Amino acid sequence: MSPVIEVRDLRKTYGSGDTAVHALRGLDLTVQKGEYIAIMGASGSGKSTLLNILGCLDVPSGGEYLLDGIDTGEFDEEQLSLLRNRKIGFVFQSFNLVPRTTALANVELPLVYAGVRRAQRRERALAALDLVGLRDRTHHRPNELSGGQQQRVAIARALVTSPAIVLADEPTGNLDTDSSREVLGILDRLNATGRTVVLITHEDEVAAHAMRTVRVVDGRVAGVLV
Amino acid sequence: MRIFEIAAFAVRGLTANKMRSGLTTLGILIGVASVILLIAVGNGASSAVQQSIAGLGTNILTISPQRAQPGTTAKPLTTADAAALVGQDSPAVKYASPVVSAQATAGYGDTTHDIGQFIGSDPRYFDTTNSAVAQGNLFSDNDVQQARKVVVIGATVAAQLFPGLDPVGKSVLVNNIPFTVVGVLAAKGSSGLQDADDLAVAPLTTTQNALTGYGGLTQIVVQARSADALPDAQAQVTTILNGRHKTTGTADYRILSQDQLLTARTATTETFTVLLASVAAISLLVGGIGITNIMLVTVTERIREIGIRKAVGAPRSSILGQFLIEATLLSLFGGALGVAAGVVGSRFTIAGIQPVLVPSSVLLAFAVSALIGLFFGSYPASRAAKLRPIEALRHE
Repeated sequence: MSPVIEVRDLRKTYGSGDTAVHALRGLDLTVQKGEYIAIMGASGSGKSTLLNILGCLDVPSGGEYLLDGIDTGEFDEEQLSLLRNRKIGFVFQSFNLVPRTTALANVELPLVYAGVRRAQRRERALAALDLVGLRDRTHHRPNELSGGQQQRVAIARALVTSPAIVLADEPTGNLDTDSSREVLGILDRLNATGRTVVLITHEDEVAAHAMRTVRVVDGRVAGVLV
Repeated sequence: MRIFEIAAFAVRGLTANKMRSGLTTLGILIGVASVILLIAVGNGASSAVQQSIAGLGTNILTISPQRAQPGTTAKPLTTADAAALVGQDSPAVKYASPVVSAQATAGYGDTTHDIGQFIGSDPRYFDTTNSAVAQGNLFSDNDVQQARKVVVIGATVAAQLFPGLDPVGKSVLVNNIPFTVVGVLAAKGSSGLQDADDLAVAPLTTTQNALTGYGGLTQIVVQARSADALPDAQAQVTTILNGRHKTTGTADYRILSQDQLLTARTATTETFTVLLASVAAISLLVGGIGITNIMLVTVTERIREIGIRKAVGAPRSSILGQFLIEATLLSLFGGALGVAAGVVGSRFTIAGIQPVLVPSSVLLAFAVSALIGLFFGSYPASRAAKLRPIEALRHE
């Protein structure tokens, strides 16, 4: 089975000259299909940079990133946007829902850009909201939802396109314990149905949900805990 | 399908901030409305001028003095010149009226009025200028010979000096010289640049006596026997005047026919229209810059939203499209309202001019407003589209 994510000698430098910051210094990582991985590390270790590159939100300064067997290094911005749309579901710490827009419309958003027809879009968005237990909140706007509910909408949006991987950047970082448990439960269920999940966390309880934990120190993988 | 969705995002973006969208629309509205309205005013003025010149009749020649060439002295046009133009040598000429004009202030009781044009001529002048009398009578040849202090006044002068009174028989002071009003001319209406009814006509002799002195004439108005005889009349007049003025080379007078007069006046009003239109175009440009400004603010304010859209896979083109459509909708909406305002506004008389809508200007202003949205919206839109997703998402 070919890996979903294959990263070789990944480098990322911000700035140049004396003020250059090396966020990633030759990082290697392989994630197999159906895996559930937690990435841990101190702040400034480069774990967020790694996840942004995995999510095609940022481009590396050097190294290789193969997503689902595709070398992303040769892709231009137009093709990367296609990858983000079809292959990746991203969940942010700060939810990042489009303001003044209903939960349903937020979940439908990736499908709009994928060119899915209206009726089918609605059906798939409702199914995704059903999966995160928010079928009764479809017409609420983000400011009418609790933090946990907003994050569940964001997860519904991430999985509505049936992506190859779901990436989550500290998804429970802004949530209380109950909401965190719900969100982690949803991610567990997603993984149980075969979806690949990569999440960043600095909490051991969260990491405990994963099959293995990757520790990032100074822009390199320091160790893998199974 | 997709473009429709993107347009829906654009509409949602605009309705999210109605106040701001409204004010931007207002900028374009004012620009488009003023383009349409000012061009209509200019057009109205020029058609009024054309009408008033057409009212002169098609068989008129106007002779006016012209500065002589260097080294020669110009002979003024005289009453004798005018008299010489009618006779055996000029069978095509019916009349030749000498005309002088003066600056004059008329007073009646406590009221005074600066008369636009005070003209001294003979009774034929009324015929050649198609002036009809509304009250009283015109003056006669006898009045001219006797240099009687009588005057025929235009409707505006009558209204200014004698509100609610019958002016006929009253005595007015023209530059402190008493004249008896013998008649009031029928109103002709404004010709746009000047009020054709703001005039007074007195016998030539009286006017020269009292106001202008016995210098040269301002004009000689020649009426040909018919419109067809006009070229003959012009040739005959030229021969006679050249003989009398001993003209060699460039003449010290110039003859304008109806057509030439029309061309000259039309050129003036066209300049006027172009001037008005350029002022209006500037206001349209200002409206366009307003759109750029608002769109830049909108883009900056919604950078995070742009980041979210990009993160879920919005391609550059759809972000570009969304913001371009927003800008274009703003300007199209403003343009449509501006067309409505311009069309409604042109139904009213503005500064004495009845505007005449130019359909092509309506079309042009509307098309330009649509293009303004595209043009001025493209910079902010492309800025939005070029943002890297992670940079946009990190923006606070």
